Amino acid sequence: MAKPTVKEVLFNPVFANNPIGLQILGICSALAVTSNLQTALVMSLALTLVTGFSNLFISMIRNQIPSSIRMIVQMVIIASLVIVVDQILKAYAYGLSKQLSVFVGLIITNCIVMGRAEAFAMQNPPILSFWDGIGNGLGYSVVLLTLGVIRELFGAGKLFGVEIIALAKDGGWYVPNGLLLLPPSAFFLIGLLIWALRTWRREQVEQPAFRMAPQVVEKEAY
Amino acid sequence: MSTKESTSRTLLVALAVSLVSSVFVAGAAVSLKPVQIENRQLDKQRSILSIAGLGQGDLSSREVKDLFASRIQARVVDLETGEYTDAHDPAVFDPLKAARDPKLSDALAGEEDIALIKRRERYTTVYMVEQDGKLESLILPVRGYGLWSTLHGFVAVKGDLNTVVGLGFYQHAETPGLGGEVDNPNWKALWPGKQLFDEQGKPVIRIVKGGVDPASPGARHQVDALAGATLTSNGVDRLIQFWLGEQGFGPYLAKLRSKGV
Repeated sequence: MAKPTVKEVLFNPVFANNPIGLQILGICSALAVTSNLQTALVMSLALTLVTGFSNLFISMIRNQIPSSIRMIVQMVIIASLVIVVDQILKAYAYGLSKQLSVFVGLIITNCIVMGRAEAFAMQNPPILSFWDGIGNGLGYSVVLLTLGVIRELFGAGKLFGVEIIALAKDGGWYVPNGLLLLPPSAFFLIGLLIWALRTWRREQVEQPAFRMAPQVVEKEAY
Repeated sequence: MSTKESTSRTLLVALAVSLVSSVFVAGAAVSLKPVQIENRQLDKQRSILSIAGLGQGDLSSREVKDLFASRIQARVVDLETGEYTDAHDPAVFDPLKAARDPKLSDALAGEEDIALIKRRERYTTVYMVEQDGKLESLILPVRGYGLWSTLHGFVAVKGDLNTVVGLGFYQHAETPGLGGEVDNPNWKALWPGKQLFDEQGKPVIRIVKGGVDPASPGARHQVDALAGATLTSNGVDRLIQFWLGEQGFGPYLAKLRSKGV
């Protein structure tokens, strides 16, 4: 296998190997924090930094970690980073940290962070791993910000809390779609995004895992 | 098997990683603590202002501090006698800390403790908005157990000590979307104008299920409960009962009334 370059690991996860779009990881937080753009942005930043640095530190000690406890060592490093991020948010962005509530803490269990640590950082040198983490964070961020823009713009007529479309109840013309502010809408949007992505890049379409056997008996079941 | 996989090596790595991580986490927590405390203080002041109807919308932290300093007066009250006390400085006195201190608080017996707070502090801080020497509104701290967590908040009443100006919670951990809707502005908007007490000075405000019929005679003492959050609604109901009752601000409010403020 050819050695991956920094450019590859940084930009491949954005469209070609998107953690949400192709690997379908990290969906839970993508539903929860994207009802407005600001929380989506902060969550993206937090996750990108945590993935980057956890990859860096894990890769630095990858040759020292006994395989029997490698998962727990990764968890400890990731958890420490997440707590530090949470503390920083509480100190410098208190209002936002209140809005994000448990979701910052839940970065610990985000499959993207753990997945990159196990799949990439354990086999690759630190600098490359760091950029791989940042790249996957970017891939996550692209999806989160897209969702954030769509949901806040069409759900509340605003972006970053600033009114963009005049709402009908304030004398404007736009009647907002309240569904977009509820978590299920993020599911629909992610589904549509994945559809669009796979139409654009056919190679991401998966082979069907199995095919239904054709109906062999002509009579209907009683 | 290399030496890397040996038991002693495994223990060593585990120990080293935990040690480095804990120093890192503890360092961040300790060094950021002062800023966080200030933030929490500010958040509390912001919520007092908004519950008292003084600062709506987005105030900067400067504005919150200035407005709080110029409009709000804090006094420490002895809950047993209902008198003000100068034994504690309201700027630094922390009622929640006092509630954990056996010297400054009393344990509550089972049936008294309807808000499920276990201990009640003897002194607490109340906040007042005064206009030309007259009490415009009085802001009382309240707390009690909901479904998952203790809700910490304030209830503000007008100078008549009966009409609600606002109610709000600045700290809780109820389920977002269900009990967490205590923060919903639409629900909080149901409170202003409600009457807390009947003619005898008994707390009669209630949270009721199934909506409040505005035509019914009791409507001014009733607030609609939160949909899908019965236990949180019950908790809010009981904590209001508790803090307005004899165990809470009852004696203090009685004193204020008799002085005719």
